Amino acid sequence: MTTAAMAETLIYSRPEALRPVHTHYCPGCTHGVAHRLIAEVIDEMGIREMTIGVAPVGCSVFAYNYFDFDFAEAAHGRAPAMATGIKRVSPGKIVFTYQGDGDLAAIGMSEIMHVAGRGENITTIFINNAIYGMTSGQMAPTTLPGQKTTSTPLGRDVEVHGFPLKMCEILSQMEGAAYIVRRSLHDPANIRKAKKALRQAFEVQRQGLGFAMVELLSSCPTNWGIPAEAALHWIEEHMIPAYPLGDYKVHPAIAEKVGG
Amino acid sequence: MAKELLEGNVAFAEAAVRAGCEAYFGYPITPQTEALEHMARRMPELGRVFLQAESEVAAVNMVYGAACAGVRVMTSSSSPGVSLMMEGLSYIAGSEVPVVLVDVMRGGPGLGNIAPSQGDYNQMVKGGGHGDYRPIVLAPATVQELIDLTYQAFDLAEKYRCIVVILADGSLGQIMEPAEMPPMRPVRKAEDRPAWALTGAHARKPNIISSIYIDPVEEEKFNLVLMQKMARIEANEVRYKELLLEDAEIAVVAFGTAGRIAQSAIKAAREEGIKVGLLRPVSLYPYPYERVRELSRKVKSILVLEMNGGQMVDDVKMAVEGRVPVRFYGRMGGMVPLPDEVLDEIRALHAQRAPVPTGGAR
Repeated sequence: MTTAAMAETLIYSRPEALRPVHTHYCPGCTHGVAHRLIAEVIDEMGIREMTIGVAPVGCSVFAYNYFDFDFAEAAHGRAPAMATGIKRVSPGKIVFTYQGDGDLAAIGMSEIMHVAGRGENITTIFINNAIYGMTSGQMAPTTLPGQKTTSTPLGRDVEVHGFPLKMCEILSQMEGAAYIVRRSLHDPANIRKAKKALRQAFEVQRQGLGFAMVELLSSCPTNWGIPAEAALHWIEEHMIPAYPLGDYKVHPAIAEKVGG
Repeated sequence: MAKELLEGNVAFAEAAVRAGCEAYFGYPITPQTEALEHMARRMPELGRVFLQAESEVAAVNMVYGAACAGVRVMTSSSSPGVSLMMEGLSYIAGSEVPVVLVDVMRGGPGLGNIAPSQGDYNQMVKGGGHGDYRPIVLAPATVQELIDLTYQAFDLAEKYRCIVVILADGSLGQIMEPAEMPPMRPVRKAEDRPAWALTGAHARKPNIISSIYIDPVEEEKFNLVLMQKMARIEANEVRYKELLLEDAEIAVVAFGTAGRIAQSAIKAAREEGIKVGLLRPVSLYPYPYERVRELSRKVKSILVLEMNGGQMVDDVKMAVEGRVPVRFYGRMGGMVPLPDEVLDEIRALHAQRAPVPTGGAR
């Protein structure tokens, strides 16, 4: 037995803002990745004790079980309105909504458009996985043309169901929007970019620049009916062409700091 | 403070300001828009929050958010707008946060019209949104009462962590009469927000405000908590006013503006020698069942007057349990009953050979 102690360097641990609990998300779902990235950013910014999250209705309805800070659970689609109420009476706090595609782009379309229009000083994390997860696989407003879901069993026919809604493209037109970007969670390089965007989105709020939204292209292997790894490839092959990654609107104050 | 000539809508808005209301979120709708306009001017002037929402759906969810943050918050609307708010009200009830809502009722269903009505009785008093909950519902009959009840509503909402509804109607919202404003109370300091509020988990465990209990066992436990709260409200918060009931053979039961109209008719009937009095429920939830029950053991008949097709009358009948005849008279569609019409109803009841009450004390 050697007595010489090995020097230990901690290179990976659970963020303080994340609770030590088991996940309820399906294997291969990227909600867990998104949660972790948010928690890391909140830790790094030192804002855990002043952050208030607003959870949506959908698979991430239980988001508050994972984050170790104050949280409210909104009605379906109403998180932006609820966050508005919280932020207006607590302007010194950091307030964010976490919403899926059904919540944000279908039932909550009015609320998200108006927080962007008002330039409400909140941050929105938008999880786009092109399907309804919690109700087990129906068409989302972001379901791709031809994509099979339980409510479009023959594939989304745009003649019947219309076209997917592209929220970054829409919201970046709003004068009140300060930071509108789309990232993807399908591989490590993109996950790192997603984290940087989340940091910017919270910085925008801290600086009071207006509404910020990060759309994260995400996987749903369970409801897409494909293995977890194939689901990540599906994001790359099918979702990114329809939902191009990039910066749709970046407030000049942020653009200057990070050099675009 | 001296009496001033005040319009109902402006009066309740200013009463809320003086009760320490820190935030108002609303959407314009006739016949209560003057309240929103008053808040639009007053709240920023005092450094408080006013925001015109994009819809009543958004307004009630902004109210929900601000209530979660632990401030005194309110909204006001009228019938179709209140229908839109029902989703949010159910969530607010399910989250046990205090909220004040003023409903200045108008004719319906549907778009209806902008004339005074009491057609929201069932919607407000019986809960309205999904699930088992009741807001406290208070029905003023004068501008002074509208002021006083709105002023007290915030304390009540916080006492029970529930929704308090002031159920007024278009005539009370629009009427001008002399009334006195209560003194200005300071708004709550940021550090005095309640321990359960979402204020950031600084030096404490995180607060979660939610209405979801996925396990039926837990949901039922929570339902029982709400039921116990309702039992406390029913035991402590019953309010009503009475006129000339001591020797009455006929009792008129009417709330809000209808109660006020009944008062004129009762005075005229008394001049004709008819022994008639008025019970005017002020709290519609909790309803004064016990008082109606007592009356049904004393009087020969009861007349229920409402500005709807007959909604509160069900509660009266529930308390009367068939002991005496219950006659209903109502006008709908924004038509306001005239005292003469009510007098005719009282005369008709008087002319009937009222049966001697059976059950009870006699």
